[in-house]
Amino acid sequence: MTIANQSNRRAYNYAYLDEQTKRMVRRAILKAIAIPGYQVPFGSREMPVPYGWGTGGIQLTAAIIGPDDVYKCIDQGADDTTNAVSIRRFFARVADVATTERTQDASIIQTRHRIPEAPLGPGQIMVYQVPQPEPLRGLEPRETETRAMHAYEEYGLQYLSLYESVAAFGRIAGGAGYPVLVDERYLMSPSPIPKFDNPKLHQSEALHLFGAGREKRVYAVPPHTDVRSLDFEDYPFEVQSWDEVCGLCGCGESYKDEVILDDAGNRMFVCSDSAYCGDRRVAGHAGPMAGHALDGLATGDDNTDDDAAAVGIEA
Amino acid sequence: MHQNDQPAIRITGLGKSFTLHNQGAAVVPVFADVSLEVRSGECVVLAGASGMGKSTLLRSIYANYLPCAGSVEISHDSQFVDITRAPPHLVLDVRRRTMGYVSQFLRVIPRIPTLALVMEPLLENGVDAAEARERAETILTKLNLPSTLWQLPPATFSGGEQQRVNIARVMVREYPVLLLDEPTASLDAANRGTVVALMNEARARGTAMVGIFHDEIVREQVATRLFDVARHRAAA
Amino acid sequence: MTQVQSDGPLLSVKSLHHYFGPLAACRNVSFELRRGEILGIVGESGSGKTTLLRCLSGQLAPTSGEVLFASRRHGLTDIFALSEQDRRRISREEWGYVHQNPRDGLRMRVSGGANVAEPMMMNGTRHYGQMRALSLDWFARVELDTARIDNKPRTFSGGMQQRLQIARNLIHGPSLVFMDEPTGGLDVSVQARLLDLMRALVRDMGLAAIIVTHDIGVARLLADRLLVMKSGDVVEHGLTDQVLDDPQHGYTQLLVSSVLQI
Repeated sequence: MTIANQSNRRAYNYAYLDEQTKRMVRRAILKAIAIPGYQVPFGSREMPVPYGWGTGGIQLTAAIIGPDDVYKCIDQGADDTTNAVSIRRFFARVADVATTERTQDASIIQTRHRIPEAPLGPGQIMVYQVPQPEPLRGLEPRETETRAMHAYEEYGLQYLSLYESVAAFGRIAGGAGYPVLVDERYLMSPSPIPKFDNPKLHQSEALHLFGAGREKRVYAVPPHTDVRSLDFEDYPFEVQSWDEVCGLCGCGESYKDEVILDDAGNRMFVCSDSAYCGDRRVAGHAGPMAGHALDGLATGDDNTDDDAAAVGIEA
Repeated sequence: MHQNDQPAIRITGLGKSFTLHNQGAAVVPVFADVSLEVRSGECVVLAGASGMGKSTLLRSIYANYLPCAGSVEISHDSQFVDITRAPPHLVLDVRRRTMGYVSQFLRVIPRIPTLALVMEPLLENGVDAAEARERAETILTKLNLPSTLWQLPPATFSGGEQQRVNIARVMVREYPVLLLDEPTASLDAANRGTVVALMNEARARGTAMVGIFHDEIVREQVATRLFDVARHRAAA
Repeated sequence: MTQVQSDGPLLSVKSLHHYFGPLAACRNVSFELRRGEILGIVGESGSGKTTLLRCLSGQLAPTSGEVLFASRRHGLTDIFALSEQDRRRISREEWGYVHQNPRDGLRMRVSGGANVAEPMMMNGTRHYGQMRALSLDWFARVELDTARIDNKPRTFSGGMQQRLQIARNLIHGPSLVFMDEPTGGLDVSVQARLLDLMRALVRDMGLAAIIVTHDIGVARLLADRLLVMKSGDVVEHGLTDQVLDDPQHGYTQLLVSSVLQI
């Protein structure tokens, strides 16, 4: 309250939402943490961006952020895409927080598609922007029925999608939003993160909060919670892997984005986590395409990366 | 197996009339106070002119018609079951294991091959498929139904052929009680002879039979006793 | 698990009533069904057949009366006295429900094989290979081309969809199957094949079935017993051939005499 009273010059309350709304969202978050994986309804507000642009995640961040926080926002793993830049700037402005691109330095990380490559530690909070919180929705359109299924732990239906995948591709192909069972009780859709990131949820040190603005649902995976990706006994869960290393930093283990270079079919693979890739290059790692192929730009590129890494925490 | 002194069928005071609700609730009486006992190894032929109620009596014994008075007891697993009052599952069990009925008409699911139709009563009684097939082929051969017809559904067969399929479906099992409604009506002399032989074989095995035969020759060959339904004609 | 006596009733319905407001959809329905029996429910549109079926299959709580079912877990118990969770489990594990329109009973967005395998998944199977093998087996049993196991049901003909639905409702070995006009939308040639298939499956699996139909011919060939309904009342109940050959009630006499002969 003191913060809100101090900022008389501001057109909006601290962190954009009014205090009552933030309390309401916090109550929903507390309930979500108490029942890992359970979808808690909340009174989602109109936000100054359209549904689908992260209204759920923004409301959760607004409800938990304070002036001492350090905020990071990524879109497809990158800190420098339009959405990430805009949302980061939004909170820098309405919540007076420091922002960063370095995973290790952030206390709140808002994301839609990725969990950063750098391991998360205690005290860190991941906030996910969720388009469709209900993992069963594609198979069962009735909300009354999916609620009953969650209540009675009837999750056989979810295996239909896995069955279809094996029948069609000979393996469980689903790439993103791969369903998990949280604490061996609630079935949960981990937002559209790639299944590559699913194992990072299991027994994570960090708190994971999921917000769906349009669907008005909050759910959570508290620290040190079991998260199991569904699979068949004869087709166990597997994450994606790449034969190629990152073209820029040479990393073999990270999640890669494919970049088409020309009309002749040339392409490169780069780390989807831009901050992680930058850190590695600063540390001296170089991929097969770093320093050549993009000759004219190579110097400029390196400078930008160095700058970003050197700046570290933006004011 | 039931003892010889105990009848296989015991009919007591049986009466039947039809009430036609859509024709001013007109009541059509058929017969009244019929009592009859049939023992193992007997073949009772129902006599009387057309319209006297022979078929109605036969159908009442099979529980196909619902009598309005009296009882029909069938010896089933050495116990009498009153077929007019037994619960449906018991009536079905009596029909499945004890009492066979050869009707005048073949009524089956269309487009099913003849052989499969004849095997069906055996499969229903838990006989395995190979044995059922063998027994079905044997009875069809006995009844002179050409093997070229076995894989065809009987819908297109002649009246005589259909009637033999009908007989085969019942005689493929050895029921302790057999009811027969004009089984030889549309058969030629040779086939009639075969059916008579089958019936006499069954009777020799101890089957109790009740039948309707208009053909005097057949009647003389199979009947051990006549029962005149006309004497029980109910007054309108 | 409770030992269920094999000679006791599988389903026992006692004085079941259902009202929609002042309108009686089912009035005082009582009957018993045993394993291996097929009960037909006949009557004209609006006579309460489908409402009765929905009450018996736990989808609609009757206004009064009891529906006792001999389940593997609970023995002979009123399904509406059980929790919703237990009722759903019985429905999932021990019942099948074949809809008149296969689109109501199938998931049109997943393959035929997935449709058939679904009841196994719902009942806890987590082995793809086992499900695949049993689905293929059931495709063959209901005479569907196994090469089409991965095709979506919408590419199937009406008769094939209905066979798919039957496979989906039998694969988990239910003890009771509800069928609402199972041959309703099919042309006559497909109907006959399907009737024979259903009869053979019911016989081989020793299960009980309740079939709602307005087609007297279907009832005669499939059902052991008939329940004739008119305006919510059961006007006649007995062996199929007895009800059809010697109908006692005026309405049944009218129904039987109205059947078209060919």
